[in-house]
Amino acid sequence: MFIGFAPYALSNNSRFSRTPQGKVAELRQELNSGGKKDRNYSAKKIALKKIVANMTMSNNDMVALFPDVVECMNLPSLEIKKMCFLFLVNYSRIKPDVALRALPTLVQDMGDNNPLVRALALRTISYIHVREFVEATFQPLKRLMQDNDPYVRKTAAFCVAKLYEHDKKTVENSDLIDRLNRMLKDENPTVVSSVLASLVDIWGRSESISLTIDYTSASKLVSILPDCSEWGQTYILEALMSYVPQDTAEALLLAERIAPRLSHSNSAVVLTSCRVILYLMNYISGEKHITSLCKKMSPPLVTLLAKPPEVQYLALRNAILILQKRPEVLRNDIRVFFCNYNDPIYVKVTKLELMFMLTTKENITVVLAELREYATEIDVHFVRKAVRAIGKLAIKIESAARQCIDTLLELVDAKIPYIVQEATVVIRNIFRKYPNQYEGIIRHVISNIDDLDEPEAKAAIIWIIGQYADRIENSDGLLQDYLATFHDETIEVQLALLTATVKLFIQRPTKGQQLVPQVLKWCTEETDDPDLRDRGYMYWRLLSTDPATAKQVVMGQKPPITAESEKLDPRTLEELCLNVGTLATVYLKPINQVFRAARPRRLQQSPALQRPRVEDGTSPLLEYNPPAAATASTSSSGLATITTTGNPISPVHDPPPPNLPVGPNQAAAANTNATSAEAISAADSYFNGIGSQQMASMNLGGREESELGGGGTQQYVVTQNLQQVYQPQLAGGAATGELLLL
Amino acid sequence: MLSGILVFNQKGENLIFRAFRSDCRPRLADIFRIQVISNPQVRSPILTLGSTTFSHVKHENIYIVAVTKSNANAALVFEFLYRLILLGKSYFGKFDEEAVKNNFVLIYELLDEILDFGYPQNTETDTLKMYITTEGVKSAIVNSATDSSRITQQATGALSWRRADVKYRKNEAFVDVIEDVNLLMSATGTVLRADVNGQIVMRAYLSGTPECKFGLNDRLLLDTGDASGPSSGRNGGGAGNGKTRAAAGSVTLEDCQFHQCVKLGRFDADRIISFVPPDGEFELMRYRATENVNLPFKVHPIVREIGTTKVEYSVAIKANYSTKLFATNVVIRIPTPLNTAKTTERTSQGRAKYEPEQNNIVWKIPRFSGQSEYVLNAEATLTTMTHQKAWSRPPLSLSFSLLMFTSSGLLVRYLKVFEKSNYSSVKWVRYMTRAGSYEIRF
Repeated sequence: MFIGFAPYALSNNSRFSRTPQGKVAELRQELNSGGKKDRNYSAKKIALKKIVANMTMSNNDMVALFPDVVECMNLPSLEIKKMCFLFLVNYSRIKPDVALRALPTLVQDMGDNNPLVRALALRTISYIHVREFVEATFQPLKRLMQDNDPYVRKTAAFCVAKLYEHDKKTVENSDLIDRLNRMLKDENPTVVSSVLASLVDIWGRSESISLTIDYTSASKLVSILPDCSEWGQTYILEALMSYVPQDTAEALLLAERIAPRLSHSNSAVVLTSCRVILYLMNYISGEKHITSLCKKMSPPLVTLLAKPPEVQYLALRNAILILQKRPEVLRNDIRVFFCNYNDPIYVKVTKLELMFMLTTKENITVVLAELREYATEIDVHFVRKAVRAIGKLAIKIESAARQCIDTLLELVDAKIPYIVQEATVVIRNIFRKYPNQYEGIIRHVISNIDDLDEPEAKAAIIWIIGQYADRIENSDGLLQDYLATFHDETIEVQLALLTATVKLFIQRPTKGQQLVPQVLKWCTEETDDPDLRDRGYMYWRLLSTDPATAKQVVMGQKPPITAESEKLDPRTLEELCLNVGTLATVYLKPINQVFRAARPRRLQQSPALQRPRVEDGTSPLLEYNPPAAATASTSSSGLATITTTGNPISPVHDPPPPNLPVGPNQAAAANTNATSAEAISAADSYFNGIGSQQMASMNLGGREESELGGGGTQQYVVTQNLQQVYQPQLAGGAATGELLLL
Repeated sequence: MLSGILVFNQKGENLIFRAFRSDCRPRLADIFRIQVISNPQVRSPILTLGSTTFSHVKHENIYIVAVTKSNANAALVFEFLYRLILLGKSYFGKFDEEAVKNNFVLIYELLDEILDFGYPQNTETDTLKMYITTEGVKSAIVNSATDSSRITQQATGALSWRRADVKYRKNEAFVDVIEDVNLLMSATGTVLRADVNGQIVMRAYLSGTPECKFGLNDRLLLDTGDASGPSSGRNGGGAGNGKTRAAAGSVTLEDCQFHQCVKLGRFDADRIISFVPPDGEFELMRYRATENVNLPFKVHPIVREIGTTKVEYSVAIKANYSTKLFATNVVIRIPTPLNTAKTTERTSQGRAKYEPEQNNIVWKIPRFSGQSEYVLNAEATLTTMTHQKAWSRPPLSLSFSLLMFTSSGLLVRYLKVFEKSNYSSVKWVRYMTRAGSYEIRF
């Protein structure tokens, strides 16, 4: 549909009597009625109000009224002006030619002697993504940046960032950013905070601009914090992340001056203060100072749990993060994180994670009682997580394993199918962690075999049957039951069945000799799945060459699993700690995996930095490894690093499934495109470096692991190496337009 | 920062769509409708699709949604959404679908004012109401440049929350100390968690620019006062003595959070709460206390499942406060199994009724005087079900309000008002304890 310019459009429209056009015609008539008698323009106001109301509700029909609305723009009523401007902002992109007619009014209003009008006009013109409007903004903007009214100046400050969004090049070629920088000297705190917000916004969208703040400026900014609005305080705090302390005393002084902000009622101020303080702590030496700062952060974080659920959720996610970086911060009573019956599910699940992380030998009894309580709730997802947490606690705290197992068995006795399945999976993991300690409960677990219908639970019970085929009286019978439906099972279950049958054969050859050839035939001849085929052939050859070695290989000792493997890797942890309170902390994933376009933040080098970065690609292996893996690797060479960290316990640490971002893997791939080739070659050389004998045993170990939990080990090796090769200086260097604050 | 603000009703109709950046496309409204409103699986308030994040809050019968690109400050986003609700309530009384539909223009005007390029600006109701009103802009005021400057100074000033020209004939200040006491008691009667979320709400009707000082029986403050004050030498070797005396009548506040008018630096240095209040009602502070929580009610539930057809209840509740006080609107909710067919109740006080839609027996006691004890005996008859599923036994919960009582023991010691004209003012204090989440497992 095409609608011409105002005066001629009428005839065009009247031919159509369908509803939208009818409505448009009606409103147009109403807008133009009243004439000279309408002294206060009340008729026009009413008509405009209707138009605004229809703007969102009825698609884009109202765009037809554009010319009529532009006509009203010059009427001497601020109310009408505001409505017309709103209309303009909404529709100018659809009809830039008509919008152009409003330009003179806007330019004129930017010179109005009423500051509210000047600001309004400036704000409006800079929203319009049309070349002429953007060009027309530059000159007046420079004037308004020095306006004598602070309200206009703060509007002008944001305007620079807006223009930067419309047209990067022209802004970079003009002196606007310099002028913006100079506005930091403004005596009005609101203006200063707006300038900072604008600068940080520009920084975030340009690789070529860097933002640096020296100590004097940072100190000055902190001193105006109390005079700013809550939002202004947040902008200043965010900008302070660009200050790099040069010595401990500076950082400490600043952190202590920011600490009072932790008592602010606005959670944005609180969490952003936490972010800055945590950041500054990287540059502070001395245990005492760190401890005292940590102590200050603890109560405010807990207080956020009295806020609306969305804010609680955010606080809890950040607590998970901070706990990994500075465990001292959350030395509270674990009970503050207990779930309330009415908490929304996303809060409950996050509390559960925190509880798991905070559980120690001392408080395990309280926690187990609590988890047991959760396991009787209605929400299936939550109940499963609670059961899984109990199992993981058994793995985390050895001395409490018995207690955890008893709790699990109690729960299993209630015979609620999803609890039984979940419990079966975690009990399998307990067996793997503590071989030859708790096998007495096998009978108890097996008794529920008929309740299992999920692949993961089935695979778990099949693993148990295979592993302990010699202790289970009718292990062959049980396996046979499952084998009857072999072809209908998922790959996960089929793989488990294959291994279990082989294990059965090795341990009880008489019982297994019927089954093994059958299963091997299925796996090698009747399946398309490469993993299943490969493993089938592997077992086949193993069994046919040397049964004694086969036994050694299949039933051999494997390194124990740990529960700590879901901890964030140090690089991600460091990055996320520089982003406390942001969306990325909800996902607890590397930022560029979720937000591709986000400009990365890194800890900047300085003499005061407590943990100096290692820049070359070889040495950080130990530093970047989780402690658990590092200790394990001493016991059994390179092998343990892979198997222990790649353990397949599904993490309680995952964020709730619905908010998974789209295609994180592609993102990661895109992110590391340049370095992936290097990474692969590094991985190759890694494998080449290992002796052939070790290589053989490692492969077996690797297969064994992935067979239980669905692969991923190979991939893990690559990522491990990626981290080594990955160079931190992505953005640095090519800074053409330096932003020097103050 | 924010790319746009959207408001939807429950049907998923887009009522308000305001973009602040060109990356906020109209089709995002459809995406939110499909991915969140019509998707019952969604359990998180935050949803990221590609590079777009929707953060939403449900209020009354509307969804208020913030659209952001990249890694925005999520705390700021949610604080802003809640602020928007607060503003809506203060402008329209209620912020629901009807209010939105009746006030499109005003809401758009507000959004234009409180967000610039998606960055929250001044959101103080008092200031905003000077130039954005429901009756339409009073052109006379705003069209004159000097009055406008007054508004702009106010909106960007250090005291953005207070107008300078407030005048009252009678200067009064009302302080309400409201405590929500949370309790989680295990089936064996041990207190798993007990804490207090307190809130101090002030209604200030004070002329000019009054500087207020506010004192509580905060242990830290009293302690430092005792240690450093000249009076500490008063009773010779009794430094420890003085401390215990102070401790007896003082509370330990785990944490405090203040309205932005409070000078935080001052509080951090010497724990003095000093501020220039906004005009009218505002929340001065929030606090948390976890030590020595006085639980106003003790509940003893005995619940017996007899076979699969009957559940027997005997619930005793005792008031644990002085006989001079009484609680009002005491409501005890006692969960029943989902397959309850009918119930019978006997109570020694108040009324009990079965509410099938809530699966609760609701026992109401309108007035509960101190130290008294009441009992409910009830029986629920169950229908037999083909698929026997264990009853999850949700906790029993209480609600009540109790005047002139604070669970934490907090007291207001003084409120001093200093103003240039040196007027005298009248101050009132009121205490109330309510049930937060007061749950007893059985």
